[in-house]
Amino acid sequence: MNSEKADKEMLLDIKDLVVNVDSKEILHKVNLSIPYGETQVIFGPNGGGKTTLLMTIMGFPRYQVASGKIFFKGNDITDMSVDGRARLGIGIMFQRPPVVRGVKTRDMVAACLKKDNGEELISELAGKANMTDFLSRDINHGFSGGEIKRSELLQLSAQAPNLVLLDEPESGVDLENISLIGSLINNLLGKVHPIRERTNSGLVITHTGHILNYINARTGYVMFEGSIICEGEPLDMLNTIKEKGYRECVKCLRK
Amino acid sequence: MPEKINSSNLEKARAAANKRASLGADIDLNSYKIPASEKPVNTDPSKLSAKDKGKMLSTGVMLDDPTQRMGTFIQIDNTPIHYSAKQDGVEVMAISQAKEKYDWFGDYWWKAVAVDTDKYTAHVELNESNGYFIRTLPGAKTTFPIQACLYLNKVGAIQDVHNIIIAEEGSELHIITGCTTSLHNEPGLHIGVSEFYIKKGAKVTFTMIHNWEPAIGVRPRTGVIIEDNGLLLNNYVAMKPVSSLQLNPSAYCNGENATARFNSVLVAPSGSSMDIGSRVFLNGKGSRTEIIARTITTGGEIVSRGYMEGNAPDIKGHLECRGLILGKAGSIHAIPELKGNLAGIDLSHEAAVGKIAEEEVEYLMARGLTRDEATSTIVRGFLNVDIEGLPPLLNAELKKAIEDSEEDMF
Repeated sequence: MNSEKADKEMLLDIKDLVVNVDSKEILHKVNLSIPYGETQVIFGPNGGGKTTLLMTIMGFPRYQVASGKIFFKGNDITDMSVDGRARLGIGIMFQRPPVVRGVKTRDMVAACLKKDNGEELISELAGKANMTDFLSRDINHGFSGGEIKRSELLQLSAQAPNLVLLDEPESGVDLENISLIGSLINNLLGKVHPIRERTNSGLVITHTGHILNYINARTGYVMFEGSIICEGEPLDMLNTIKEKGYRECVKCLRK
Repeated sequence: MPEKINSSNLEKARAAANKRASLGADIDLNSYKIPASEKPVNTDPSKLSAKDKGKMLSTGVMLDDPTQRMGTFIQIDNTPIHYSAKQDGVEVMAISQAKEKYDWFGDYWWKAVAVDTDKYTAHVELNESNGYFIRTLPGAKTTFPIQACLYLNKVGAIQDVHNIIIAEEGSELHIITGCTTSLHNEPGLHIGVSEFYIKKGAKVTFTMIHNWEPAIGVRPRTGVIIEDNGLLLNNYVAMKPVSSLQLNPSAYCNGENATARFNSVLVAPSGSSMDIGSRVFLNGKGSRTEIIARTITTGGEIVSRGYMEGNAPDIKGHLECRGLILGKAGSIHAIPELKGNLAGIDLSHEAAVGKIAEEEVEYLMARGLTRDEATSTIVRGFLNVDIEGLPPLLNAELKKAIEDSEEDMF
């Protein structure tokens, strides 16, 4: 495989990616491609490198690319800043976002929207995320697990990225909220979008697979000890993992 | 005022004339001129020069739009030049006038601040200083704030000010005080004594904006006495260069369920020294306090103090000092202090001095903001202490002041 060239068919194209965190190699020659309009899921045990992969795609400086390339919309973004990637159309849902004192949820949504006089749209999006009462609160301050998810999805819905990175979107969400979270993610992935009509892509980490009831994912991966060891139909994979655990995937690798 | 009280104050002041203050650099009072304190005159404030009005506006005192205020007081150097109130139940006048008008005046004169605190309070007494007398009658409520401006105009001079604020039972009083100067790089010294008396169930919102210049010394001395169910919301903003600024107001929550809240927002540019604190004495059962200080140095020296003392059952207090060091030079010294004198009280504090958290910057960058945009959003948030009771126009002015000082930071 020529790791220096992008596949034009792909929204995201990762070639032989090796990533270090604190000088320790965490990802070993990962290859992964997401076509325009497709959502993919990653399974795998904790510590397997799933979160590292998402953080590296977003470009956080702590995640150092040692070799390999990341292409997005045909551009080599391997050395691009976080904000550059965000503006190019990558968005991430934070698992544990920081509290930023004095910065209101409304300010964050407005920053994501990148346009003036967005008041009406902010209200509309906040209503959909059941976050209207949170707009004038300091972002993430005293938010519950479910509120953080809704707040993250509200910001992403304003940002309207073409590629949505979701790290365990269902964790810490009670049953009451899960369908709302599911439908917000569905909207993000581009079935119906208030800003533009287009189909977006997603890369979703899930442990429980609950989110698969709400999104239409075509490809699944198992990530284990920093490598993608298996690729297949997500629901089949989930059933196998539920039945036999990740040991089965490891066996599969050994074949 | 009875002659006896007067002479005892003078005696104490004379004895304290050379008494160094416990905090702040010692300022030589003899190196300044003392402009005469003329009889108050009542001029039309909108007739002031555009330059002076602009300077006053920067401290939140808007003289061209009378609909935004319920009363006005202006003192230039040591002479009041305007005093007016346009709401029933609200009194705004010069201290010298109140002294003549009310025979009970002595009950409020040097009762919340000791005349012999230090040489600055003594100086104010010995020079028969003027200042404002603002009072709300029982049950009266100001809809818009009363605006007061203390304006230092003479090069190399001391401005001595003595203010009395009385909120009678059940009244509500909003005051904006802007302190500023026409000087640029010339020296000057502002000494301001303010005594507050907040009666049963009364509520006072006091917002003070300081907008000084690099060679000005500033020594305010403030005491607040709060009775049962009384409330003080004190907001203080100082974001412009100053030579040496030291203040440490005391609030005495003497009544049951009395509340005192202090919010301070400080930015110390290079060459500025600011030593700012708030002290609250929780003497009444169930009294409450919150002290919040947000400080930023872009090169100046800041001491950020907070002191709360619990002397009664069921009291509660929380103190928060947060500081950001944004320049290459500069320092912030946070000194939060708590003292409890009996069991069953609840006092706490948190203090943090440091840089902007990288995690927060990255969070905002992941939403598409550049590093600079993210940093300035976080700083704006940091300084965005919610100030209650400000009219929208003034709130907008304050936000603008924060944004202006932000431009100087980056």
